[in-house]
Amino acid sequence: MTTINESPLLKVENLEVSFKSESKQWIKTVKGISFSIPKNKTVALVGESGSGKSVTSLAVMGLLPKGQSQISEQSQIRFEDKDLLNLSVAELRNICGKDIAMIFQEPMSSLNPVFTVGDQIAEVLRIHLGMGRKQARARVLELLKEVGIPSPDTKIDAYPSQLSGGQQQRVMIAMAIACEPKLLIADEPTTALDVTIQKQIIDLLESLRQRREMSMLFITHDLALVGEIADEVIVMRHGEIRESGDAQQVLEQPNDVYTRALLHCRPQLSSRPYRLPVTSDFMKQENGQLIEAINLSTSHLQERSRGLTGDEPIILDVQNLKKSFYSRKGLWGRDEFQAVKGVSFKLAKGKTLGLVGESGSGKTTIGLLLMRLHEATGGQAFIDGKDILAMSEKEFALYQRKIQIIFQNPYASLNPRFTIGQILLEPMRIHGIGQNDQERKKIALELLERVSLPVEAYDRYPHEFSGGQRQRIAIARCLTLKPEILICDESVSALDVSVQAQVLNLLQDLQDEFGLSYIFISHDLSVVKYISDQVMVMNHGEVVEIANSDELYLNPQHEYTQKLLKAIPQGIA
Amino acid sequence: MLSVLSKRKEQVQTNTASSGLWRLAVQRLKADRIAMASLFIVFAYFIVLLLSVTGVIASDWNKEVAVSYAPPTFMGADTEDSPLSPVAKQVEVLPENPVDPLKDILRELNTQTAQQTSGNAAIDYYGVTDPLASDMQAINQQLGGELLDQKQELKSTLAFGADKWGQDVLLKTIKGAETSILVGLLSALLAVVIGTFLGAIAGYFGGWVDDVLNWFYNIFTSIPYLLLVLAVAAVLQQKGILSIVLILGLTGWTGVFRLIRAEYMKHKSREYVLAAKAIGVSHFRRMFVHIFPNVSHIALVQISILVVAFIKSEVILSFLGFGVPVGVVSWGSMLNEAQTELILGKWWQLAAASIAMAVLVTAFSMFTDALRDALDPKLK
Repeated sequence: MTTINESPLLKVENLEVSFKSESKQWIKTVKGISFSIPKNKTVALVGESGSGKSVTSLAVMGLLPKGQSQISEQSQIRFEDKDLLNLSVAELRNICGKDIAMIFQEPMSSLNPVFTVGDQIAEVLRIHLGMGRKQARARVLELLKEVGIPSPDTKIDAYPSQLSGGQQQRVMIAMAIACEPKLLIADEPTTALDVTIQKQIIDLLESLRQRREMSMLFITHDLALVGEIADEVIVMRHGEIRESGDAQQVLEQPNDVYTRALLHCRPQLSSRPYRLPVTSDFMKQENGQLIEAINLSTSHLQERSRGLTGDEPIILDVQNLKKSFYSRKGLWGRDEFQAVKGVSFKLAKGKTLGLVGESGSGKTTIGLLLMRLHEATGGQAFIDGKDILAMSEKEFALYQRKIQIIFQNPYASLNPRFTIGQILLEPMRIHGIGQNDQERKKIALELLERVSLPVEAYDRYPHEFSGGQRQRIAIARCLTLKPEILICDESVSALDVSVQAQVLNLLQDLQDEFGLSYIFISHDLSVVKYISDQVMVMNHGEVVEIANSDELYLNPQHEYTQKLLKAIPQGIA
Repeated sequence: MLSVLSKRKEQVQTNTASSGLWRLAVQRLKADRIAMASLFIVFAYFIVLLLSVTGVIASDWNKEVAVSYAPPTFMGADTEDSPLSPVAKQVEVLPENPVDPLKDILRELNTQTAQQTSGNAAIDYYGVTDPLASDMQAINQQLGGELLDQKQELKSTLAFGADKWGQDVLLKTIKGAETSILVGLLSALLAVVIGTFLGAIAGYFGGWVDDVLNWFYNIFTSIPYLLLVLAVAAVLQQKGILSIVLILGLTGWTGVFRLIRAEYMKHKSREYVLAAKAIGVSHFRRMFVHIFPNVSHIALVQISILVVAFIKSEVILSFLGFGVPVGVVSWGSMLNEAQTELILGKWWQLAAASIAMAVLVTAFSMFTDALRDALDPKLK
């Protein structure tokens, strides 16, 4: 082992991948990239959606769909002197899964629900290492212990649905490291997980990598995470590598415009500018080249102060809100699950209340209860002194105009068979806003302009727009009713960082302009810090802590809040 | 990322005609050659159907235009010179069996029949003497030879042959298509409308509404299909196209009900429906304006699958005698006649009806398949 550091473990040269579009043309998604992964190091591949980072990892694993995609002849993927692209299927299968293993984003859909986790891990051992039943089981127990699953003797016979999301991801990791791979590819392994679980998984991956002397290719969109785990970083955009190098150096002194822009448009815990900078404030496209063009106004530099003084008028007063879900148990009995256990809070006019918590904390349920999309089990919510939860449907129709909601997934919240015009006119027709359709159309066009969409969008269908644009349409739909309260249920979570900044700026502008009050539900603590005046932390359906945001982040009182804040990736700040 | 947005914006602006999901589906369908070929065939059937309904063609399908069982043209006319030529001529005289104790009697009988045949031409196909032959001759002479002359104008061969009554099988098949396709389309439409409506209500409201409709569905499906069909037929008490449509439609909605119900259960908790509820859209509007267009591809595909199934069902019903009344022709009644003809070796009516049905059913199924692929809404 004298040549340990001389040749890299994986060397990708001039990788070019094309996909067939619907009109049968080949479109290049990865445009001739080269990089290498040294032994015993972690390389992070960072980029926004459509940058080609996942395609690259699939190409290494030979998992690209045949017929739909093709890799150019000049491309080379060398793994320990073998060109993976020229191997036979059998040889490739021998390497992939054994020497190169992969972890996917969604642990729930990567595990087969009808086999026990023990069986699924043992299968890998039996296929690749030819172990017997008993031997494999013993090894599985060791692996489960190694990835930190509590009481592995019982969990080995559990089905995936009996495990939590974090435990499922641990099982996936156990499966991946079962054959002691030399390279572990992790494709957004923590995106679907809560921030505290994310921290545990990242720590686990790092310790495993060190103990087993593996290399890791870590794919993510989260720059802050990169700083925590990676030795080297590769920043990708539109199928090209923008910058690569030592992680510390790239994150602290980026050479590339795009990297710099990306780093800036993420809300940071330490500062809160009046407006979030977006990527276009840093660069522009000229002759197909990205050129640095810093265009920061004072509003980007000025700090915005947030928080409540206590004198603000209250627009929404929620008292002792409760929601239980019931499931049948036995013939007559029923199980009660309390999703929201008596939550009380007040929303000040023109201010933002951030709602944070992990999945299952009941934060989304609160939003649905206030919109009466779910029926509350108990409690009151007062607007103008009237309890909107106790009203009849008819009475509530009047208040529906005052309180609106924007959902998480912009791809699912717009009816795909409606044009944008139909989507915007419908609420106005129902609530009798505007005298006739002519007038309503005028309002709709104004709103489209307000959310920075072209007027032509009026006659188009949702599928013609990107995620960020669709979220703007959803916002415009709410605005048609001129609401006073807007509930944003993870409304920017599904968006890329740069698009996220644009939507956050839009929401902020609307608040400044119309005096809207927001209930901002999110699991992303830095986004919540940026946009909220007051933050409410929830855990298991209960309010843990509620305070002005600066205060809460600086000086968390409750143990759970402290734990949550500690788990935020601190890679950059 | 912003450049992507602007690029996309440009793209959106350049193709001026906005394409909805329906238009995209049509585009996908047009790219599918098999689908277009099948569609062409189906269209050809519909044109024939239209012409036949309006009476442009095949209105005189029940006229006697050829001799009974005239063979198709490509086989040529029957070897017999005249349609009235005695079959008995073909009866071969068997060689004598020298050890047969009855050989003398047989020989005598043979010579007797030989004398009779040569002497009397009025012997029909089965070697039986026509006792009315001389009377007919007399009547014919009275009428100036019209009665028997008419028979001489009958063709001895037709493009696709003739049936027992000398009707043109080709015209009969076209007229039969009218009945079969109409029955198939109308009953499929009826079944899908019933199934979609009940399925939408059950899936959307859930709870006790769903329970009640499901009990109804279970009771309905627990009765054997043919028994149910016969029961409805017995209640309706009259034969006719409308009855068949009702029988098939009222018994065929169950599958559609299940599929649509499942889709509604899935869609009612989708965010776009929640968003609609949040802006105050009524139940009815949410069910049929918001959700239905998103599941309509299933209803559409079900229609085309059921059309195929019901065309076949009509054949079975007619075969069982519960189908179209006497005097109306359908592919089913043609196949029903074919069972007796086949024994005589007259296969062409069976072939004509089967080929017509097989081609349509195959084309329709292929088109349905392509339609399902094209309509699959890949919600990006």
